[in-house]
Amino acid sequence: MDVQDLYKEIIVDHNRSPRNFRRIDAPTHQAEGFNPLCGDKLHLYLTIDGDTISDIAFEGSGCAISVASASMMTDALRGKSVDEAQQLFERMRALFTDQGEQGDLDALGKLAALGGVRQYPSRIKCANLSWHALHAALTADAAATASTE
Amino acid sequence: MSVAADRLEGAPALDIDAVRAQFPALHQQVNGKDLVYLDTAASAQRAQCVIDAVSHYDSHDHANVHRGVHALSQRATDAFEGARRSVAQFINAGSESEIVFTRGTTEAINLVAQSYGRSTLKAGDEVLITWMEHHSNIVPWQMVCEQTGATLKVARIDERGQIDMEHFRSLLNERTRVVGVVHISNALGTINPVAQIARLAHEVGAVVVVDGAQATPHMAVDVQALDCDFYALSGHKMYGPTGIGALYGKRALLDAMPPWQGGGDMILAVDFERTLYNEVPYKFEAGTPNISGAIGLAAACDFVRQLGHEAIARHEADLLEYAMTRLAAPDLTVIGTAQHKSGLVSFTLDGIHPHDIGTIVDGEGVAIRTGHHCAMPVMTFFNLPATARASFGVYTRREDIDRLADALDQVREVLG
Repeated sequence: MDVQDLYKEIIVDHNRSPRNFRRIDAPTHQAEGFNPLCGDKLHLYLTIDGDTISDIAFEGSGCAISVASASMMTDALRGKSVDEAQQLFERMRALFTDQGEQGDLDALGKLAALGGVRQYPSRIKCANLSWHALHAALTADAAATASTE
Repeated sequence: MSVAADRLEGAPALDIDAVRAQFPALHQQVNGKDLVYLDTAASAQRAQCVIDAVSHYDSHDHANVHRGVHALSQRATDAFEGARRSVAQFINAGSESEIVFTRGTTEAINLVAQSYGRSTLKAGDEVLITWMEHHSNIVPWQMVCEQTGATLKVARIDERGQIDMEHFRSLLNERTRVVGVVHISNALGTINPVAQIARLAHEVGAVVVVDGAQATPHMAVDVQALDCDFYALSGHKMYGPTGIGALYGKRALLDAMPPWQGGGDMILAVDFERTLYNEVPYKFEAGTPNISGAIGLAAACDFVRQLGHEAIARHEADLLEYAMTRLAAPDLTVIGTAQHKSGLVSFTLDGIHPHDIGTIVDGEGVAIRTGHHCAMPVMTFFNLPATARASFGVYTRREDIDRLADALDQVREVLG
Protein backbone atom coordinates (compact mmCIF):
# COMPACT_ATOMS: atom_id res chain seq x y z
CA MET A 1 0.00 0.00 0.00
CA ASP A 2 1.23 3.43 -0.90
CA VAL A 3 -0.27 6.37 0.98
CA GLN A 4 -0.09 8.37 -2.24
CA ASP A 5 -2.97 6.21 -3.49
CA LEU A 6 -5.05 7.63 -0.67
CA TYR A 7 -3.70 11.17 -0.54
CA LYS A 8 -3.85 11.89 -4.26
CA GLU A 9 -2.95 15.40 -5.35
CA ILE A 10 -6.57 16.39 -5.94
CA ILE A 11 -7.53 15.27 -2.41
CA VAL A 12 -4.68 17.17 -0.82
CA ASP A 13 -5.69 20.22 -2.84
CA HIS A 14 -9.36 20.05 -1.79
CA ASN A 15 -8.30 19.60 1.84
CA ARG A 16 -6.00 22.60 1.66
CA SER A 17 -8.57 24.80 -0.08
CA PRO A 18 -12.03 23.36 0.44
CA ARG A 19 -14.58 24.55 -2.15
CA ASN A 20 -18.00 25.83 -1.07
CA PHE A 21 -16.81 26.03 2.51
CA ARG A 22 -19.41 28.40 3.86
CA ARG A 23 -22.83 28.62 5.45
CA ILE A 24 -26.06 29.04 3.50
CA ASP A 25 -28.33 31.26 5.57
CA ALA A 26 -31.73 29.96 4.50
CA PRO A 27 -31.18 26.48 3.10
CA THR A 28 -34.12 24.43 1.93
CA HIS A 29 -32.38 21.26 3.10
CA GLN A 30 -29.60 20.62 5.56
CA ALA A 31 -28.03 17.86 7.64
CA GLU A 32 -25.25 17.34 10.12
CA GLY A 33 -22.71 14.58 9.78
CA PHE A 34 -20.75 13.26 12.73
CA ASN A 35 -18.11 10.59 12.91
CA PRO A 36 -17.63 9.83 16.61
CA LEU A 37 -14.55 7.72 15.95
CA CYS A 38 -12.54 10.61 14.49
CA GLY A 39 -14.44 13.59 15.80
CA ASP A 40 -15.15 14.66 12.21
CA LYS A 41 -18.13 17.02 12.10
CA LEU A 42 -19.77 18.74 9.18
CA HIS A 43 -22.89 20.71 8.44
CA LEU A 44 -24.23 20.43 4.91
CA TYR A 45 -26.54 23.07 3.41
CA LEU A 46 -28.55 22.81 0.20
CA THR A 47 -30.82 25.15 -1.70
CA ILE A 48 -33.12 23.17 -3.97
CA ASP A 49 -35.22 25.03 -6.55
CA GLY A 50 -37.90 22.72 -7.91
CA ASP A 51 -35.82 19.65 -8.59
CA THR A 52 -32.45 21.32 -9.00
CA ILE A 53 -29.69 21.77 -6.47
CA SER A 54 -28.99 25.44 -7.10
CA ASP A 55 -26.57 25.87 -4.20
CA ILE A 56 -24.70 23.51 -1.90
CA ALA A 57 -22.09 24.29 0.75
CA PHE A 58 -20.64 22.90 3.98
CA GLU A 59 -18.91 23.86 7.18
CA GLY A 60 -17.08 21.76 9.74
CA SER A 61 -13.81 20.17 10.67
CA GLY A 62 -12.31 16.84 9.93
CA CYS A 63 -9.47 14.85 8.46
CA ALA A 64 -8.18 15.44 4.93
CA ILE A 65 -10.29 12.62 3.54
CA SER A 66 -13.58 13.84 4.99
CA VAL A 67 -12.96 17.48 4.07
CA ALA A 68 -11.83 16.65 0.52
CA SER A 69 -14.77 14.30 0.04
CA ALA A 70 -17.23 17.00 1.15
CA SER A 71 -15.54 19.64 -0.97
CA MET A 72 -15.52 17.48 -4.10
CA MET A 73 -19.12 16.45 -3.47
CA THR A 74 -20.36 20.03 -3.33
CA ASP A 75 -18.47 20.81 -6.54
CA ALA A 76 -19.99 17.83 -8.31
CA LEU A 77 -23.59 18.43 -7.24
CA ARG A 78 -24.25 22.06 -7.99
CA GLY A 79 -26.82 22.24 -10.79
CA LYS A 80 -27.67 18.54 -10.58
CA SER A 81 -31.16 17.17 -9.94
CA VAL A 82 -32.16 15.49 -6.70
CA ASP A 83 -32.39 12.15 -8.52
CA GLU A 84 -28.92 12.53 -9.94
CA ALA A 85 -27.62 13.34 -6.45
CA GLN A 86 -29.22 10.19 -5.02
CA GLN A 87 -27.74 8.10 -7.83
CA LEU A 88 -24.32 9.59 -7.16
CA PHE A 89 -24.70 8.77 -3.46
CA GLU A 90 -25.27 5.12 -4.38
CA ARG A 91 -22.34 5.07 -6.80
CA MET A 92 -20.00 6.61 -4.24
CA ARG A 93 -21.07 4.09 -1.64
CA ALA A 94 -20.20 1.33 -4.07
CA LEU A 95 -16.88 3.00 -4.85
CA PHE A 96 -15.87 3.16 -1.18
CA THR A 97 -16.77 -0.45 -0.58
CA ASP A 98 -15.28 -1.88 -3.78
CA GLN A 99 -18.56 -2.92 -5.38
CA GLY A 100 -18.32 -0.43 -8.20
CA GLU A 101 -18.00 -1.46 -11.86
CA GLN A 102 -15.34 0.06 -14.07
CA GLY A 103 -18.06 1.80 -16.08
CA ASP A 104 -19.23 3.59 -12.93
CA LEU A 105 -15.67 4.64 -12.20
CA ASP A 106 -15.39 6.43 -15.54
CA ALA A 107 -18.71 8.17 -14.95
CA LEU A 108 -17.49 9.47 -11.59
CA GLY A 109 -14.78 11.65 -13.08
CA LYS A 110 -12.73 13.44 -10.44
CA LEU A 111 -14.67 11.76 -7.64
CA ALA A 112 -13.05 8.45 -8.56
CA ALA A 113 -9.90 9.75 -6.80
CA LEU A 114 -11.68 9.07 -3.50
CA GLY A 115 -11.67 5.34 -4.27
CA GLY A 116 -8.25 5.05 -2.62
CA VAL A 117 -9.99 4.59 0.75
CA ARG A 118 -10.94 1.05 -0.27
CA GLN A 119 -7.45 0.00 0.81
CA TYR A 120 -7.92 1.69 4.21
CA PRO A 121 -11.01 0.21 5.86
CA SER A 122 -10.63 2.41 8.94
CA ARG A 123 -10.92 5.51 6.73
CA ILE A 124 -13.99 4.61 4.68
CA LYS A 125 -16.23 6.32 7.22
CA CYS A 126 -14.28 9.54 6.72
CA ALA A 127 -14.94 9.51 2.97
CA ASN A 128 -18.56 8.51 3.49
CA LEU A 129 -19.46 11.19 6.00
CA SER A 130 -20.54 14.00 3.66
CA TRP A 131 -22.38 11.58 1.39
CA HIS A 132 -24.39 10.21 4.28
CA ALA A 133 -25.19 13.78 5.31
CA LEU A 134 -26.37 14.41 1.73
CA HIS A 135 -28.57 11.34 1.83
CA ALA A 136 -30.01 12.41 5.17
CA ALA A 137 -30.68 15.94 3.94
CA LEU A 138 -32.44 14.72 0.79
CA THR A 139 -34.56 12.08 2.47
CA ALA A 140 -35.63 14.05 5.55
CA ASP A 141 -37.91 17.07 5.46
CA ALA A 142 -36.41 18.86 8.41
CA ALA A 143 -32.86 19.04 9.75
CA ALA A 144 -31.31 15.60 9.88
CA THR A 145 -28.28 14.00 11.38
CA ALA A 146 -26.10 11.41 9.75
CA SER A 147 -23.62 9.34 11.67
CA THR A 148 -21.05 7.03 10.18
CA GLU A 149 -20.55 5.20 13.45
CA MET B 1 10.81 14.84 33.35
CA SER B 2 14.26 15.83 34.44
CA VAL B 3 13.04 15.56 38.02
CA ALA B 4 12.10 11.97 37.38
CA ALA B 5 15.35 11.29 35.55
CA ASP B 6 17.42 12.69 38.43
CA ARG B 7 15.58 10.70 41.01
CA LEU B 8 16.09 7.55 39.00
CA GLU B 9 19.82 8.12 38.56
CA GLY B 10 21.52 4.91 39.58
CA ALA B 11 18.49 2.74 38.90
CA PRO B 12 19.41 -0.43 37.01
CA ALA B 13 19.11 -0.20 33.22
CA LEU B 14 16.93 -2.47 31.12
CA ASP B 15 18.67 -4.94 28.82
CA ILE B 16 16.59 -3.77 25.90
CA ASP B 17 17.61 -6.53 23.47
CA ALA B 18 16.73 -9.20 26.01
CA VAL B 19 13.42 -7.47 26.70
CA ARG B 20 12.57 -7.22 23.01
CA ALA B 21 13.37 -10.90 22.52
CA GLN B 22 10.46 -11.55 24.91
CA PHE B 23 7.94 -9.98 22.49
CA PRO B 24 7.39 -12.05 19.33
CA ALA B 25 4.88 -9.58 17.83
CA LEU B 26 7.50 -6.84 17.62
CA HIS B 27 9.59 -8.81 15.15
CA GLN B 28 7.56 -8.37 12.01
CA GLN B 29 7.20 -6.06 9.05
CA VAL B 30 4.21 -3.81 8.48
CA ASN B 31 3.75 -2.19 5.08
CA GLY B 32 7.22 -3.42 4.14
CA LYS B 33 8.93 -1.76 7.12
CA ASP B 34 10.10 -3.11 10.46
CA LEU B 35 7.25 -2.57 12.90
CA VAL B 36 7.60 0.27 15.39
CA TYR B 37 4.90 -0.19 18.03
CA LEU B 38 4.12 3.07 19.82
CA ASP B 39 0.60 2.21 20.95
CA THR B 40 1.36 0.53 24.25
CA ALA B 41 -1.04 2.75 26.21
CA ALA B 42 -3.92 1.38 24.11
CA SER B 43 -2.73 -2.19 24.52
CA ALA B 44 0.75 -3.45 25.30
CA GLN B 45 2.23 -6.27 23.28
CA ARG B 46 2.20 -9.63 25.00
CA ALA B 47 5.30 -11.06 26.65
CA GLN B 48 6.37 -14.58 25.69
CA CYS B 49 6.26 -15.67 29.34
CA VAL B 50 2.57 -14.63 29.39
CA ILE B 51 1.84 -16.51 26.19
CA ASP B 52 3.65 -19.57 27.59
CA ALA B 53 1.87 -19.47 30.97
CA VAL B 54 -1.54 -19.29 29.28
CA SER B 55 -0.61 -21.96 26.76
CA HIS B 56 0.73 -24.29 29.47
CA TYR B 57 -2.43 -23.94 31.51
CA ASP B 58 -4.67 -24.48 28.47
CA SER B 59 -2.60 -27.49 27.36
CA HIS B 60 -2.22 -29.26 30.70
CA ASP B 61 -4.15 -27.94 33.67
CA HIS B 62 -7.54 -26.72 32.55
CA ALA B 63 -10.73 -27.65 34.38
CA ASN B 64 -13.31 -25.60 36.24
CA VAL B 65 -12.22 -24.00 39.50
CA HIS B 66 -13.63 -24.33 43.04
CA ARG B 67 -15.87 -27.22 41.99
CA GLY B 68 -14.31 -30.54 41.24
CA VAL B 69 -12.65 -33.12 43.44
CA HIS B 70 -10.53 -34.38 40.57
CA ALA B 71 -6.87 -33.63 39.92
CA LEU B 72 -7.25 -31.15 37.08
CA SER B 73 -9.84 -29.09 38.93
CA GLN B 74 -7.51 -28.93 41.91
CA ARG B 75 -4.60 -27.88 39.69
CA ALA B 76 -6.71 -25.22 37.98
CA THR B 77 -7.93 -23.94 41.35
CA ASP B 78 -4.37 -23.81 42.72
CA ALA B 79 -3.16 -21.92 39.64
CA PHE B 80 -6.10 -19.51 39.74
CA GLU B 81 -5.76 -18.77 43.46
CA GLY B 82 -1.98 -18.55 43.01
CA ALA B 83 -2.62 -15.90 40.39
CA ARG B 84 -4.74 -13.99 42.89
CA ARG B 85 -1.82 -14.06 45.36
CA SER B 86 0.55 -12.76 42.65
CA VAL B 87 -1.72 -9.83 41.85
CA ALA B 88 -2.14 -9.06 45.56
CA GLN B 89 1.63 -9.02 46.06
CA PHE B 90 2.14 -6.96 42.90
CA ILE B 91 0.16 -4.03 44.29
CA ASN B 92 0.91 -4.86 47.94
CA ALA B 93 -2.65 -5.63 48.98
CA GLY B 94 -2.94 -6.74 52.60
CA SER B 95 -4.59 -10.01 51.63
CA GLU B 96 -5.45 -11.90 48.45
CA SER B 97 -9.09 -11.85 49.57
CA GLU B 98 -9.02 -8.17 48.63
CA ILE B 99 -8.45 -9.03 44.94
CA VAL B 100 -11.51 -9.57 42.75
CA PHE B 101 -10.85 -10.77 39.21
CA THR B 102 -12.76 -8.79 36.58
CA ARG B 103 -12.73 -8.43 32.80
CA GLY B 104 -10.59 -5.34 33.20
CA THR B 105 -10.46 -1.87 34.69
CA THR B 106 -13.80 -0.87 33.18
CA GLU B 107 -15.65 -3.78 34.76
CA ALA B 108 -13.86 -3.20 38.07
CA ILE B 109 -15.07 0.42 38.23
CA ASN B 110 -18.57 -0.62 37.18
CA LEU B 111 -18.53 -3.16 40.00
CA VAL B 112 -17.70 -0.46 42.55
CA ALA B 113 -20.30 1.91 41.10
CA GLN B 114 -23.08 -0.67 41.00
CA SER B 115 -22.32 -2.47 44.26
CA TYR B 116 -20.79 0.12 46.60
CA GLY B 117 -22.25 3.17 44.85
CA ARG B 118 -25.75 1.94 44.25
CA SER B 119 -26.15 0.60 47.80
CA THR B 120 -24.81 3.67 49.59
CA LEU B 121 -25.48 6.75 47.45
CA LYS B 122 -28.68 8.75 47.83
CA ALA B 123 -30.11 12.03 46.61
CA GLY B 124 -27.94 14.94 47.76
CA ASP B 125 -24.74 12.87 47.82
CA GLU B 126 -21.91 13.77 45.47
CA VAL B 127 -19.43 11.81 43.40
CA LEU B 128 -16.29 13.77 42.56
CA ILE B 129 -14.15 12.91 39.54
CA THR B 130 -11.66 14.90 37.46
CA TRP B 131 -11.76 16.38 33.98
CA MET B 132 -9.01 14.02 32.78
CA GLU B 133 -10.83 10.74 33.46
CA HIS B 134 -11.15 8.02 30.86
CA HIS B 135 -14.77 7.33 29.90
CA SER B 136 -14.56 4.21 32.08
CA ASN B 137 -14.27 6.41 35.17
CA ILE B 138 -17.00 8.83 34.04
CA VAL B 139 -19.89 6.84 32.60
CA PRO B 140 -20.29 4.29 35.45
CA TRP B 141 -20.65 7.24 37.86
CA GLN B 142 -23.12 9.02 35.61
CA MET B 143 -25.17 5.84 35.51
CA VAL B 144 -25.19 5.34 39.28
CA CYS B 145 -25.92 9.03 39.87
CA GLU B 146 -28.96 8.69 37.63
CA GLN B 147 -30.06 5.61 39.54
CA THR B 148 -29.60 7.09 43.02
CA GLY B 149 -30.16 10.82 42.60
CA ALA B 150 -26.57 11.63 43.55
CA THR B 151 -24.75 14.44 41.73
CA LEU B 152 -21.57 14.15 39.67
CA LYS B 153 -18.95 16.87 40.28
CA VAL B 154 -15.88 17.37 38.12
CA ALA B 155 -12.59 18.94 39.20
CA ARG B 156 -10.92 21.10 36.56
CA ILE B 157 -7.50 20.57 35.04
CA ASP B 158 -4.93 23.19 34.06
CA GLU B 159 -3.27 23.97 30.73
CA ARG B 160 -0.47 21.49 31.42
CA GLY B 161 -3.00 18.74 32.01
CA GLN B 162 -2.73 18.55 35.80
CA ILE B 163 -5.60 18.44 38.27
CA ASP B 164 -6.41 21.91 39.60
CA MET B 165 -6.00 20.86 43.23
CA GLU B 166 -7.45 24.09 44.54
CA HIS B 167 -10.63 23.47 42.57
CA PHE B 168 -10.60 19.82 43.65
CA ARG B 169 -10.41 20.87 47.31
CA SER B 170 -13.20 23.39 46.83
CA LEU B 171 -15.51 20.67 45.51
CA LEU B 172 -14.78 18.27 48.37
CA ASN B 173 -17.30 18.50 51.18
CA GLU B 174 -19.26 16.36 53.60
CA ARG B 175 -21.68 15.40 50.79
CA THR B 176 -18.83 13.84 48.75
CA ARG B 177 -19.20 10.06 49.13
CA VAL B 178 -16.96 8.81 46.33
CA VAL B 179 -13.86 10.27 44.66
CA GLY B 180 -12.83 8.71 41.33
CA VAL B 181 -9.39 9.54 39.95
CA VAL B 182 -7.09 8.17 37.28
CA HIS B 183 -3.57 7.33 38.49
CA ILE B 184 -1.92 8.03 35.12
CA SER B 185 -3.93 9.76 32.38
CA ASN B 186 -4.00 7.74 29.16
CA ALA B 187 -4.58 10.87 27.08
CA LEU B 188 -2.04 13.18 28.73
CA GLY B 189 0.44 11.01 30.61
CA THR B 190 -0.10 12.98 33.82
CA ILE B 191 0.78 11.09 37.02
CA ASN B 192 -1.73 12.21 39.65
CA PRO B 193 -1.01 12.66 43.38
CA VAL B 194 -3.25 9.79 44.41
CA ALA B 195 -1.98 9.51 48.00
CA GLN B 196 -2.71 13.19 48.60
CA ILE B 197 -6.13 12.88 46.97
CA ALA B 198 -6.94 9.87 49.16
CA ARG B 199 -5.93 11.80 52.28
CA LEU B 200 -8.15 14.74 51.34
CA ALA B 201 -11.06 12.48 50.44
CA HIS B 202 -10.82 10.58 53.71
CA GLU B 203 -10.94 13.84 55.66
CA VAL B 204 -14.53 14.30 54.43
CA GLY B 205 -15.35 10.61 54.76
CA ALA B 206 -15.38 9.76 51.04
CA VAL B 207 -13.95 6.58 49.52
CA VAL B 208 -11.38 6.78 46.73
CA VAL B 209 -11.57 4.70 43.56
CA VAL B 210 -8.37 4.73 41.48
CA ASP B 211 -8.26 3.85 37.77
CA GLY B 212 -4.81 2.26 37.65
CA ALA B 213 -4.94 0.88 34.10
CA GLN B 214 -1.98 2.95 32.87
CA ALA B 215 -0.06 2.98 36.14
CA THR B 216 0.70 -0.68 36.88
CA PRO B 217 3.00 -1.22 33.85
CA HIS B 218 4.95 1.97 34.52
CA MET B 219 5.35 2.53 38.25
CA ALA B 220 5.36 0.63 41.52
CA VAL B 221 1.86 0.64 42.99
CA ASP B 222 1.40 0.10 46.73
CA VAL B 223 -2.30 0.29 47.51
CA GLN B 224 -1.63 0.37 51.27
CA ALA B 225 0.82 3.27 50.97
CA LEU B 226 -1.61 5.12 48.69
CA ASP B 227 -4.38 4.30 51.18
CA CYS B 228 -6.90 4.14 48.36
CA ASP B 229 -10.12 2.22 48.98
CA PHE B 230 -10.43 0.67 45.53
CA TYR B 231 -7.84 0.22 42.78
CA ALA B 232 -8.62 -1.10 39.29
CA LEU B 233 -6.16 -2.57 36.79
CA SER B 234 -6.12 -4.33 33.39
CA GLY B 235 -3.96 -7.22 32.19
CA HIS B 236 -3.50 -6.05 28.61
CA LYS B 237 -2.04 -2.68 29.58
CA MET B 238 0.81 -4.49 31.36
CA TYR B 239 1.90 -7.06 28.75
CA GLY B 240 -0.77 -9.56 29.80
CA PRO B 241 -3.96 -10.85 28.17
CA THR B 242 -7.12 -8.92 27.30
CA GLY B 243 -10.36 -9.74 29.08
CA ILE B 244 -8.77 -9.96 32.52
CA GLY B 245 -8.17 -7.38 35.19
CA ALA B 246 -8.59 -6.96 38.88
CA LEU B 247 -10.27 -4.84 41.49
CA TYR B 248 -8.53 -4.25 44.79
CA GLY B 249 -10.87 -3.22 47.58
CA LYS B 250 -10.31 -2.81 51.30
CA ARG B 251 -11.64 -5.93 52.99
CA ALA B 252 -14.08 -4.11 55.30
CA LEU B 253 -15.64 -2.33 52.32
CA LEU B 254 -15.87 -5.49 50.19
CA ASP B 255 -17.42 -7.38 53.12
CA ALA B 256 -20.14 -4.78 53.51
CA MET B 257 -20.93 -4.50 49.80
CA PRO B 258 -23.79 -6.43 48.19
CA PRO B 259 -23.01 -8.82 45.33
CA TRP B 260 -23.17 -7.35 41.86
CA GLN B 261 -23.89 -10.22 39.52
CA GLY B 262 -25.59 -13.42 40.58
CA GLY B 263 -24.74 -16.94 39.55
CA GLY B 264 -22.52 -19.89 40.31
CA ASP B 265 -19.44 -19.62 42.53
CA MET B 266 -20.73 -16.51 44.32
CA ILE B 267 -23.06 -18.52 46.56
CA LEU B 268 -22.84 -20.80 49.57
CA ALA B 269 -26.35 -22.17 49.38
CA VAL B 270 -29.35 -21.51 47.16
CA ASP B 271 -32.98 -22.31 47.64
CA PHE B 272 -35.95 -20.46 46.24
CA GLU B 273 -36.61 -18.63 49.48
CA ARG B 274 -33.14 -17.38 50.15
CA THR B 275 -29.56 -17.49 48.90
CA LEU B 276 -26.49 -17.38 51.13
CA TYR B 277 -23.71 -15.51 49.43
CA ASN B 278 -20.14 -16.69 49.36
CA GLU B 279 -17.41 -14.77 51.15
CA VAL B 280 -15.15 -12.10 49.67
CA PRO B 281 -13.82 -12.09 46.97
CA TYR B 282 -15.93 -14.94 45.55
CA LYS B 283 -19.25 -13.18 46.07
CA PHE B 284 -18.15 -10.76 43.32
CA GLU B 285 -17.08 -13.50 40.89
CA ALA B 286 -20.28 -15.02 39.55
CA GLY B 287 -19.86 -17.70 36.92
CA THR B 288 -16.79 -19.53 35.70
CA PRO B 289 -14.02 -16.94 35.67
CA ASN B 290 -11.39 -16.22 33.02
CA ILE B 291 -8.99 -18.75 34.54
CA SER B 292 -6.30 -18.71 31.86
CA GLY B 293 -6.54 -14.90 31.77
CA ALA B 294 -5.85 -14.71 35.49
CA ILE B 295 -2.84 -16.98 35.04
CA GLY B 296 -1.62 -14.76 32.20
CA LEU B 297 -2.13 -11.67 34.34
CA ALA B 298 -0.06 -13.23 37.13
CA ALA B 299 2.70 -14.02 34.61
CA ALA B 300 2.58 -10.38 33.48
CA CYS B 301 2.90 -9.22 37.11
CA ASP B 302 5.96 -11.46 37.50
CA PHE B 303 7.42 -10.15 34.24
CA VAL B 304 7.07 -6.49 35.26
CA ARG B 305 8.33 -7.21 38.78
CA GLN B 306 11.40 -9.00 37.44
CA LEU B 307 12.30 -6.10 35.17
CA GLY B 308 11.82 -3.81 38.15
CA HIS B 309 9.70 -0.70 38.33
CA GLU B 310 12.72 1.52 38.93
CA ALA B 311 14.44 0.31 35.78
CA ILE B 312 11.20 0.65 33.81
CA ALA B 313 10.56 4.18 35.10
CA ARG B 314 14.12 5.23 34.29
CA HIS B 315 13.88 3.74 30.80
CA GLU B 316 10.59 5.47 30.07
CA ALA B 317 11.70 8.81 31.54
CA ASP B 318 14.71 8.68 29.23
CA LEU B 319 12.47 7.93 26.22
CA LEU B 320 10.12 10.76 27.14
CA GLU B 321 12.96 13.24 27.42
CA TYR B 322 14.42 12.04 24.13
CA ALA B 323 11.03 12.23 22.37
CA MET B 324 10.35 15.77 23.60
CA THR B 325 13.63 16.89 21.99
CA ARG B 326 13.54 14.70 18.90
CA LEU B 327 9.94 15.52 17.95
CA ALA B 328 10.12 19.23 18.78
CA ALA B 329 9.16 21.37 15.77
CA PRO B 330 7.42 24.72 15.26
CA ASP B 331 4.31 22.97 13.89
CA LEU B 332 4.10 20.33 16.63
CA THR B 333 2.22 20.94 19.88
CA VAL B 334 2.51 18.52 22.78
CA ILE B 335 -0.78 18.14 24.69
CA GLY B 336 -0.10 17.32 28.33
CA THR B 337 3.09 18.68 29.81
CA ALA B 338 2.62 17.80 33.46
CA GLN B 339 5.57 18.00 35.81
CA HIS B 340 5.06 14.35 36.71
CA LYS B 341 4.45 12.47 33.51
CA SER B 342 4.72 8.91 32.21
CA GLY B 343 6.10 7.72 28.88
CA LEU B 344 3.68 9.02 26.32
CA VAL B 345 3.47 12.01 24.01
CA SER B 346 0.06 13.25 22.88
CA PHE B 347 0.48 15.80 20.10
CA THR B 348 -1.00 17.69 17.16
CA LEU B 349 0.53 18.99 13.94
CA ASP B 350 -0.66 22.38 12.67
CA GLY B 351 -3.26 22.05 9.94
CA ILE B 352 -3.17 18.25 9.82
CA HIS B 353 -5.84 16.04 11.33
CA PRO B 354 -4.54 13.31 13.67
CA HIS B 355 -6.22 10.58 11.61
CA ASP B 356 -4.22 11.58 8.57
CA ILE B 357 -1.08 11.47 10.70
CA GLY B 358 -1.98 7.98 11.91
CA THR B 359 -2.63 6.60 8.44
CA ILE B 360 0.54 8.03 6.91
CA VAL B 361 2.88 6.93 9.71
CA ASP B 362 1.29 3.46 9.58
CA GLY B 363 2.42 3.40 5.95
CA GLU B 364 5.94 3.80 7.37
CA GLY B 365 5.42 0.85 9.75
CA VAL B 366 4.85 3.07 12.79
CA ALA B 367 1.78 2.30 14.95
CA ILE B 368 0.39 5.19 16.98
CA ARG B 369 -3.04 5.95 18.39
CA THR B 370 -5.16 8.76 16.99
CA GLY B 371 -8.50 9.99 18.23
CA HIS B 372 -10.02 11.12 21.49
CA HIS B 373 -8.46 8.29 23.53
CA CYS B 374 -11.80 7.59 25.24
CA ALA B 375 -11.33 10.87 27.08
CA MET B 376 -13.58 13.26 25.14
CA PRO B 377 -13.74 15.85 27.96
CA VAL B 378 -9.93 16.18 27.75
CA MET B 379 -10.26 16.92 24.03
CA THR B 380 -13.01 19.45 24.78
CA PHE B 381 -10.80 21.13 27.39
CA PHE B 382 -7.98 21.60 24.88
CA ASN B 383 -10.53 22.45 22.15
CA LEU B 384 -9.31 19.63 19.91
CA PRO B 385 -11.25 16.97 17.99
CA ALA B 386 -8.46 14.47 18.55
CA THR B 387 -4.72 14.05 19.09
CA ALA B 388 -2.03 11.68 17.87
CA ARG B 389 -0.38 9.74 20.67
CA ALA B 390 2.90 7.85 20.82
CA SER B 391 3.14 5.73 23.95
CA PHE B 392 6.17 3.82 25.15
CA GLY B 393 6.77 0.52 26.87
CA VAL B 394 9.63 -1.59 28.16
CA TYR B 395 10.51 -2.62 24.60
CA THR B 396 10.60 0.90 23.10
CA ARG B 397 13.97 2.17 21.86
CA ARG B 398 15.22 5.64 21.02
CA GLU B 399 15.47 4.55 17.40
CA ASP B 400 11.70 3.90 17.43
CA ILE B 401 11.23 7.58 18.21
CA ASP B 402 13.63 8.43 15.37
CA ARG B 403 11.43 6.37 13.06
CA LEU B 404 8.37 8.29 14.25
CA ALA B 405 10.15 11.61 13.67
CA ASP B 406 11.03 10.55 10.12
CA ALA B 407 7.47 9.36 9.52
CA LEU B 408 6.14 12.75 10.69
CA ASP B 409 8.36 14.37 8.07
CA GLN B 410 6.63 12.12 5.55
CA VAL B 411 3.26 13.38 6.84
CA ARG B 412 4.37 16.97 6.31
CA GLU B 413 5.54 16.11 2.80
CA VAL B 414 2.28 14.42 1.81
CA LEU B 415 -0.10 16.97 3.34
CA GLY B 416 1.99 20.09 3.93
